[in-house]
Order: sequence, then C-alpha cells, then structure tokens
Amino acid sequence: MKLETVGASALAEKEVSVHTAADLAVEVVSDSGEGAQKCGQIFGAVSAKMGNGVWTVEIIPAEVEPPPREPAGASGIRIRLGDKEVTNWGDDTNVVVAFNEQALLGRHQLNALADDAVILLENMWATHPDPKIQKQWADTMEELSHRNYRIIEVPMEEQCLTVVDNPRKGKNMFALGLLTWIFDRDLERAREQIAHAFRTKKAIITETNHKLLELGYAWAEANLDFRYDIPTMEAGAPMVVMNGNEAIALGAVAAGLELAAMYPITPATSVSHMLGEVFEKYGGVLHQAEDEIAAAGVAIGASYAGKCTFTITSGPGLALKTEFLGLAVMAEIPLVLVDVQRGGPSTGLPTKVEQSDLLAAMFGQTGDAPHVVLAPATIGECFDIMPTARRIAEALRTVVMVLSDANLATGVAPFPRPELSPEWQMGPPDQRPVPEGVRPYDWDPRTGLSRRFIPGQPGGMHTVTGLAHDERSKVAYDSETVQRSMTMRSRKLAVFQSTLLPPEINGDPEGGDLLIVGWGSTKGAIEEAVERARKQGLSVSSTHLTFLSPLQPGLKDIFSRFKKVMTVEINYSDFKDDPFITDENRRYGQLAMLLRSSTLVDVDCWTRVIGEPLRPNMIVKAIRENMPGGEA
Amino acid sequence: MIMSSCSLLHMADEDDDRVFEMGDYQGPVARWCSGCGDHSVLTAAQRLMAEKQLKPETTVFVSGIGCSSRFPHYMKTYGFHGLHGRALPVATGVKLSRPELDVFAVMGDGDCVSIGAGHWLHATRYNLDMTALLLDNNIYGLTKKQTSPTTPQGFKSNTQPHGSYLPPMNPLEVTLGITNASFVAQTAEWVPAHLFATLKAAYEHRGFAFVRVLQRCPHFMPNIFTDAVKKPDVIQILDHPEGIRAEGIDKIYTNQLRHDPADIHMARELAEDVDTIRLGLFFRDETRPLYEETRSLQKRTAREKMDLLNEDFDRYAV
Repeated sequence: MKLETVGASALAEKEVSVHTAADLAVEVVSDSGEGAQKCGQIFGAVSAKMGNGVWTVEIIPAEVEPPPREPAGASGIRIRLGDKEVTNWGDDTNVVVAFNEQALLGRHQLNALADDAVILLENMWATHPDPKIQKQWADTMEELSHRNYRIIEVPMEEQCLTVVDNPRKGKNMFALGLLTWIFDRDLERAREQIAHAFRTKKAIITETNHKLLELGYAWAEANLDFRYDIPTMEAGAPMVVMNGNEAIALGAVAAGLELAAMYPITPATSVSHMLGEVFEKYGGVLHQAEDEIAAAGVAIGASYAGKCTFTITSGPGLALKTEFLGLAVMAEIPLVLVDVQRGGPSTGLPTKVEQSDLLAAMFGQTGDAPHVVLAPATIGECFDIMPTARRIAEALRTVVMVLSDANLATGVAPFPRPELSPEWQMGPPDQRPVPEGVRPYDWDPRTGLSRRFIPGQPGGMHTVTGLAHDERSKVAYDSETVQRSMTMRSRKLAVFQSTLLPPEINGDPEGGDLLIVGWGSTKGAIEEAVERARKQGLSVSSTHLTFLSPLQPGLKDIFSRFKKVMTVEINYSDFKDDPFITDENRRYGQLAMLLRSSTLVDVDCWTRVIGEPLRPNMIVKAIRENMPGGEA
Repeated sequence: MIMSSCSLLHMADEDDDRVFEMGDYQGPVARWCSGCGDHSVLTAAQRLMAEKQLKPETTVFVSGIGCSSRFPHYMKTYGFHGLHGRALPVATGVKLSRPELDVFAVMGDGDCVSIGAGHWLHATRYNLDMTALLLDNNIYGLTKKQTSPTTPQGFKSNTQPHGSYLPPMNPLEVTLGITNASFVAQTAEWVPAHLFATLKAAYEHRGFAFVRVLQRCPHFMPNIFTDAVKKPDVIQILDHPEGIRAEGIDKIYTNQLRHDPADIHMARELAEDVDTIRLGLFFRDETRPLYEETRSLQKRTAREKMDLLNEDFDRYAV
C-alpha cells in the first residue's frame, strides 16, 4: 500500500497522468446520513448524460442512523461506468472516496475493492483528539497495508469548513467535486444535476452545494496527479436515466393505472415516493392504507368498481396480502401487484437483494389460485412491464404479480426513452347495460375468459364472492360446478401461454455444453459472465425468463440442446457436498424447482444468498466448476 | 370534479322514469335461521332503498365473512362478499374511486370488532360518505358459538366453556374516540321503526355513518336481549330534533332522554354507561372532511397524460 498525504506543497511539481479504461467502478462510502448515495446518484446521472454506460448499486445499512464509524454501518454506493451499456455492478471497485477509515474497512472486509484500488480518504481521523479513534485509524492502515491499494489522504473536513459550518452535510458534494475532476465530467451538467436533486429544497441548499462541488473540483485539480477517461458512446436513440422503482412508478402512469394502494415497506416504498410526487397531476390517487391487507383490499375494491389499480409491496407485505390475492383470483378481479423483493425469510434483509419470493408469489395463496407472475430484468423493463401487466390482468381478469428486487429498485441505469402509447390509457370495460341472460362469469368453455361488468351497469347486478360459485356468481358447492369453475380459472393461463414466445438464447441457440437459466435482475451479470466464459472457449449459453407463471413455451426443447442446464439465482439452495445432503433431499433454487417439475429435465442450480448482487466473476467461476464433464 | 374516469352516462340519464318498489331490491330468499335479526336489517335496507328510490345498479353492498355477511347475496344490487374482517378496505376502494355510487358495508361483530378492528378505526378516520352497519349479536354464529369481542363476560361458548374471561368491548365508545368520527348511532333489530329511521339517517348523513344494530342470535345467543324485548322501559331512546325520530314508538318507549347529537362529550358519557341500553343518535358532525373529496382530482385525457409523461421523462433525459 502507498499512503500519500498531498497538500499545498505537493501540487507545484505534479504531472497528471490520464488512464483510459473501458470499464471501471467507483464507490463512495460514508457513515449513514452523510449523503454518499446522493453523491453517487448525481455522479451516475451526469456520467450517463455524458454518454457512458452506467449501473449503480446502493449499499444501505438496515438502520436509518447506525452508530458512526463502524465497518458494518458503511453506507454508500457503487457506480460502474463503461464505454458501452453497463448491465450490472461488476466485480470490484477501482476508485473509492471514503469519509472515514471504518466505512472503508467495511468494504475492504467484504472484498469489494480491487487490489490496486485508488482510495481518497478523509484524513481528519488520523489526528483526531480522541486517542481511540487515532488507534482505529492506525490499526486500519496496518490492515489495509497488506494490499496494493493507493490511499490518498484528503482534508475533506478542513476544506468543507471553508464553505459550511457542518461538513457532515456537505462532504458528499465535495466528494462529487473530486470525482467530477477525476473523471473529467462536465461541471455545468453536475451543477444542473445538483439543482435537480435538491429541487424540493430551499435555493440556498443548491447554492451551497454548487460551492462545495467547485471546491472539491478545485482541490482535485490542484492536488491529484491522475485522471480517468472512460470513452463515451456515440449518441444514439434518446435515453433516460432513473432507478427501477422510479421506472415502475412512471410505467404505472404510462399504463393508465389510476389508483395505487400501499403500505410503507423497504425496498418497495420509493415507488410510492415517486408516485406521491407526480401521480396526482395525472389524476391518479396514491392511497397509503392502514396496513398491507387494507392496501390490497382498497386496490381490489377500486378495481371491482372499474378502476385500473395496483398495489406495491415487498416480501412480508406479500405474505399479508395473500388472502386478498386469492380472493381476486377467485372472484376474477384484475389486479397488478408489484413485489420489490428483499432478503428473507421473515424480516430478513430489508435493504438487500434476494430473489426468494418466487415460490411464495406463485403458490402462496391457499387452494388453487392460478395467476400470472412476471419479472423485469433491467431498469428499462421495470417501466415496460407495467403496461404489459395491466393488459394481462384485465384481459385474463386475474392477478398479475411483478417481481422486481432491491437491486433494480435502487439501481440507476440509462435506458432508451420509452415510446408512449395513448392506447395504454384505455378506459374501463364496456359499460353498456348488460343484456338479459349475460352472466357475470359466462366462461368461454374453450378459454375460460368472460366479460367483466362493474357497478353502474344496469342489468349486471350480482354479488362477487370468494365462495365457490357458478356462472351467475351464485354460491355453488356441487361437484360439477366446483370442478368446472376451477378448470375455467386455470384454463386462462394455458390460453395466455399460447400467446407467448420461447425465450431467446444468449450465446449459441444451436446448443452446447451448459445452459444457464436466470430470471429477474441477474440478467446483466449472467450475460456478462457467459460472454467472458465463451471468450475463454467454454461452450456455455444463457436464457432469461420474463414470464414465470405461466412459464414461456419451448423450454423443454431448448434444454434438450444442452448437455447440462443450471439456474443462477439469488436465493437459497443446498450445496451438494454439505453434510446430510443427498440427491433426494437437496433443496434447489426456486426457479430450478419450477423448471424441474415442469420439464422433467435434471436442472441443476447455482445460487447464493450473500446480501448483494451477484458479480460476473463469481458466475464465471460457477460456470467453470459446473461444466459437464468436470471443471474446465 | 370527481376523479372517476367512468363516465357513466346512463347514470345521469334524466329520462330514467323507473319507479322502484321494495321487491325490486330483493334477491333470493335469505338462508338465515328463522328469528335471526339479520332478516329485519335486510328488510329495513330494502325499505330504505325504495324510499330513497336508489338505483339497484348504482348501489353496492360490501360485506366480510359471517352470517350477516351473506347480506349482499340477498339484495338485488351490486354486491361484494369478500374476506373476514375486510369489508371496509374494499368499500373504501369502491367509494374512493367511484364516489357517485351508494356504498353500504355490512359486518358482524367478529368481522368488525375483532379481525377487522384496524380497518374499522381507520375507515372512521377516512370518513368516506358511506353507511357501515355492525350487526352485533355478541357471538360467532356461522362457525357455531365462539366468544366474540362483544360477548358478555362470563358467557359460556365453545371456545370459552367456563365463561368468557374478559369484559366485552364497547363499539360505540371506541368509535366515538376516533378522530373524524362523524356519525355514531345504535338501534335494535326488534324495533323495526327505529331500525329503519336509523338506517335512513345514516344513509342521509354526509360522511361515514357507523350504526351498531343490536341483534339476537336465536341459536347461540337467544336470551341476550330477552329482558329488553319484553320490557321496553329497559331501553332508553335518545331523543332530539336533530337526532333520530322513529315513527310510532313513543307510546311504547317512554323512557326517553334528550341528547343533542352535536355534544361529543355527552355522547361519550352515554356510550360509556353500559348499564342502560340506549338507541338513537349519539353523535353527528357533517362538517368533517370527506376522504373522497380531499382526494378528488381533475381527470386527465390520455393525450394530456402523454404530454405530462413526456415532461417527466425530460427531467430524466440523458
């Protein structure tokens, strides 16, 4: 490790070297409440607007304000930049701005940093009056010295005090200034982005932040001897940059959804923050219900009354809504539910990514409750999936669940600006009087589909019920009706599946040794890993499923072209070699379980529950270790 | 302007010269036990609809689960027979999105006071313009005689065969303690004139009208109100020009107390005293804001929404 203290004396002689990189990751880490994420979000947005590929991942402790200066309390953000589209957070970090050495230590201990990472570290702690802190600093420097990090001490506190009284509320913008100089970002864009980020605050905040930005920029210019150049992409189609939850919120608006009912839960809540800001101007109502159950009830009540509605939640909330979801399936009331998954079980890891609600989403309801489950794989798909979900829910008169996750929720990436369609705003169902003889569940015996009518329509009066019922919505327990009505509700899924296309193959559609199957937010990391492995000569391809219930068609045929099929997921599965684990009792990843039962193919799985997104290099290693016929 | 996107033109049809009679609101024959108090409430609701000439297609009865929650099935209106305890969230969704509909929520004591208690508190606070009926027979009937939150202390049930352990909950007192409570009344199924007058006042109230209907369950709680049924003087009628006045009951129910329903403090005192059965309007305040009005928004056309979305996307443009 090289530890450097740069200051006024060092600048006279310096010569700046510019390193060109196609791909590089930056982290800003701090104690909670010091604004590292805000800094990273602005830096990411500015980088995207300048034409770099960008993917950001927030590192969020579970507490609002954990004790300061603890490795476990490290709060921050990783921003991966590239000269082309970036689809995941990458392997490790090359440039770090750390507000204290303990937060830095936390990242070091998680192996988040590249061996040759360049670290800009606040140095006020080295000479802190508290001897304990001085010792922590010294111990940390000792631990870090075993790596090849280049640590540059930066007097952030001292510098920020020239502009603000409380540097805790300003270091992040100073750090943004450092990064703006190091990566040669356009200062004016950075100013604009700051103004946007603080648009709801007093003007003085933006002014102060502009000063801090410029201060950081000037300090870097005067003191640092390195810069990075990440070549930008040529401007193509117009792009927008936002996180997955913002994309879901705007997708919901674009889909013509008119009412969202929710109860606050991490990491889903920021969808409602966005809706809270914009929904009313569209005539949309965001109803914060008294609990998760009521949120589902209000959405279902409004949908029953003819509105296009949805509810937003995360795992524990999904569990609470279960009974209502079964009712919506039974009474054939359209409903879109967004589940932004977090780690489980129980309260689990509220701020961390996992893909472990799949089976609960599909099978969590009691009895047989066939419904549709979709999963967006990218930030852009978080937007696209909402009009799709609404359309399916209304066409099939059933529940459509959208499984996003914490990685997509807070991840920021640019994507092509969606082309909007006014048709997505289509109104409620046909409201003309219901002709004599038409019944509320006039199931087409071939498809199970039926016309929906809503309160206000003369001649359509009926009582929907969660009890077994016949075409007239009359309670019916006779064997024939129970069997028929179940068949009709189930048939809709088969009919829907018949409209879907088989998934595309990334790699070789003709087949090969290994096929990786993924779903949800892991797509970018899986595809990057497959690309790397293919360059290394491995016969591996991947496919990614958007439709999980019903599954996309053609899977059996696709699987038959590969010697081995393996899912890669962020949920739990037993390791084959663990004590007591046998072929019979091994618990598989959730998608693997589904695929095994639906295709009868011996689908293997490689899953991890590590409280963070998968890194491509982990997947490359998993591919090597799981090539049929032994490690490649 | 209402937020509804459902431009129900036929609803505003002034040529609609239909005249409705009670029979027009009657669904299939009710399958409740004979002597069940639910029958009286059903009849009173149908009578109310005929008196108010409510259109069957613009009226929605929402219920939960329990004997009384079969209510919507026996009405010829739109109905929603949902989940145990969850009538109010569904009714909230219906009324919030379609304020032009007449919405009634029908709940039992297990439904409202036990499993759905959280919704009851919050629906009172939302204060949507709807009528909420608590059909309170002090017992779980459909599942056959289990203790409910309003079961008298000491009453032997299948779940508490040695007598219920706790004093019963007082739904009137609870409701009167909730912020934004705007209409709280009590009536009894065996006093049809008062029941009807109460339902009428509740329907006419601008806001969330909470009515507790005292009921007998002939199978599982047959004797709970025997005394009150036989001796009208046991019952005290709350009387006031601004209150509920039932026709033709004054001769039988001579025990009357003048109570101004604007007086929340006296309402709470009267509700708290459980030694006397009181029927009438405890409290009414029509000045409380309605949630559906607070949340009412201007409707946008598809084209306007596209323009606004493009503005929002501009903020995120690269």
